[in-house]
Amino acid sequence: MDLSAFRDPAIARGLIDAIEATKTGPVKLMEVCGTHTVSIAKNGLRAVMPERVTLLSGPGCPVCVTANADIDTAIELARRPEVIVTSFGDMMKVPGSYSSLAREKADGRDVRIVYSPLDALALAEKNPDREVVFVAVGFETTAPLIASAIMRAAESGLENFSVFCAHKTVPAALEALANDPEVQISGFILPGHVSTIIGSQPYEYLAEEYHIPGVITGFEPVDVLQGIYMLLKQLEEGRSEIEIAYHRGVLPEGNAHAREMVEKVFEPVDADWRGIGVIPGTGLKIRDEYAHYDAVVRMPVTLPEPKEIKGCQCGDVLRGVILPFDCKLFGKGCTPEHPIGPCMVSSEGSCAAYYRYTDYGRA
Amino acid sequence: MCLAIPARVVTIEENHMASVDIMGVTRRISLDLVPESVEGDFVLVHAGFALQIVDEEFANETLEMLKTLPFFAEEEGLNVLEEA
Amino acid sequence: MRSDRILLAHGSGGTMMRELIEEIIVPDFADDALKRLDDAASLPFPAGRLAFSTDTYVVNPIFFPGGDIGRLAVCGTVNDVATSGATPLYISVGFVLEEGFLVEDLRAILLSMRDAAREAGVHIVTGDTKVVEKGHGDGIFINTAGVGSLPEGLDLSGSYCRPGDKVLVSGTLGDHGIAIVSTREGLEFETSIETDAAPLNALIANVLAAAPGTRGFRDPTRGGISSTLNEFAVASGVAITIEETSVPVKDQVRGASEMLGYDVFQVANEGKMVAVVPAEQAEAALAAMKASPYGADAAIIGECAEGPAGKVYVHTAFGATRIMDMLVGEQLPRIC
Repeated sequence: MDLSAFRDPAIARGLIDAIEATKTGPVKLMEVCGTHTVSIAKNGLRAVMPERVTLLSGPGCPVCVTANADIDTAIELARRPEVIVTSFGDMMKVPGSYSSLAREKADGRDVRIVYSPLDALALAEKNPDREVVFVAVGFETTAPLIASAIMRAAESGLENFSVFCAHKTVPAALEALANDPEVQISGFILPGHVSTIIGSQPYEYLAEEYHIPGVITGFEPVDVLQGIYMLLKQLEEGRSEIEIAYHRGVLPEGNAHAREMVEKVFEPVDADWRGIGVIPGTGLKIRDEYAHYDAVVRMPVTLPEPKEIKGCQCGDVLRGVILPFDCKLFGKGCTPEHPIGPCMVSSEGSCAAYYRYTDYGRA
Repeated sequence: MCLAIPARVVTIEENHMASVDIMGVTRRISLDLVPESVEGDFVLVHAGFALQIVDEEFANETLEMLKTLPFFAEEEGLNVLEEA
Repeated sequence: MRSDRILLAHGSGGTMMRELIEEIIVPDFADDALKRLDDAASLPFPAGRLAFSTDTYVVNPIFFPGGDIGRLAVCGTVNDVATSGATPLYISVGFVLEEGFLVEDLRAILLSMRDAAREAGVHIVTGDTKVVEKGHGDGIFINTAGVGSLPEGLDLSGSYCRPGDKVLVSGTLGDHGIAIVSTREGLEFETSIETDAAPLNALIANVLAAAPGTRGFRDPTRGGISSTLNEFAVASGVAITIEETSVPVKDQVRGASEMLGYDVFQVANEGKMVAVVPAEQAEAALAAMKASPYGADAAIIGECAEGPAGKVYVHTAFGATRIMDMLVGEQLPRIC
């Protein structure tokens, strides 16, 4: 299958012209997916939008919205000599209250980057005398993977594997954004791969109750332009529906089997979104039946007092209230080399995307 | 959100694992989420797991639809954007 | 030599060290200048200027698809010397070995270095060996320093790029970094990608002969081509724009980079050269690269402009222009 057509400049031009021809605005379209943040920045899409269309980045980077206390917990676990902490690469450099996983690794703790939770399982099998903990951060795209890893561990009777679960779920968080008086969102560019799992139904309330249209969008430049175009058409025609642009990757019913696995292993809890606060029902917690694989049940930790960084405006950036270069620290004191908040340090953070791919913030 | 890329299922292995090909790179991944996959399917791969089968028909449908947009430019290799 | 592992005594300056040098190192390197085992090698050297470079190699794993730390250590320094336009002549080697390192592995590395030196036409003429206690050194670290003779009147620099100059690369990008990453625990994937580590002094000499107006060369090692181009842009006060569709990248490297979330422009190379050449000599330079060893996939990938000074841009396959940013910290595989 040749999917390079989704990068085709000729098709992109058709969409850009079609976007130009729409007659609605000013509008603010928000994406809530780190991969969209990067795709938009990397492809220079903001520059080709008509002035009346503003593209906002929301809290779509799961690493960026992980609460300080959760990072502190991962660090406390890493400080136990018997523990090998395994994590996706993005989590390494994110600052907690006092340290980061990368810092702990430099100080001699056993912290390793893995590409997949399966790699963490394999590590546990190879090191029976160590406790392998997987730091699970991500949205609904990743939760089924961790559910599967836990189920596989249970099936094989693995005794030295556990998960520190900091997963969050997206649809209910969108409600908080829709209700936010500081940002008037006209439409949502909805996450492609989260929707591969959950389908389109969980977003319906946005259209029905809030009359905010949403389009489930893919990640290639043509995909993103198509999603934006479909949103603008809805606004122009006064419709508010949940549509799927990312047809080839998302079925309306999503992946039921994957959802069953998540429901088997996890239950919803309230979650603390860094910079936003607690959003009820947007977290996942490992169920009692699988408590054996819950790292904090197995190894309860005492946390130091969580501490927020002074001056950091990641919260406002994550809600779309300000753009990254409006933050007083952007480019001065907060850079990818010396990040202060998660938005600059995560590879999918808004600030990092703006800093890396555009000229903003450069002296 | 989340990086997932299309890969072709080359061999189905035991324990719901499979060997997939991404432009010549082979990796073992899990089919736990899409147990009905067969060899030759294209799947979206995320962190060592297949999330979904990529529907080729839908992909083509989308492309066809996009090409019928009133402003679709026929010339190949056009510089779409003059400046960033 | 009775032990199959390196012991502390092998670095002590005593009889065991003599044994290591005489029975293993010198025969494996097989260089006449080295055989005298004097503290300093006295060597013939053409009149004129000298180019001098040093580098230390700490790559992990030490054996990787297509090569090892030894080959890297020789090729890397040969290439650094050659970027000045000099003819590399002599190499020194300093080893720091960890107690317990397998002698068999050391031999393999020495032979690799010998072969690389022969291929490049340079001589390994002097060296040093130290051994540190177990746990205090990652197996083996190698420092190499190289000298070459620089013809009179030749002055190459990354600060000489001018608006209108073309940017060339000698082959496919990202091979070395991906070959290394494919062996890293937790990221394993199967690929036939091998390191591209190679001596490029012959290629550079050919390019200079065909395009004497070449401004400068640099090898895009750690940080990939984006570090090299950003360095050139800043040093020269020009803007550089690269055409993404012109950049040669093997499919597998592209696939692995996509899977891991890497930017291919930031992935390390060990056997590639970036050259900046005046526009009217670019085709000649390209032909010279393609006719040289390791240059078959060479391409013209972009050009320099007046400004904004110090910036590097990528004109993407999709048709947008974005900044080509430098690697910050360590490259991490991105999934989410």
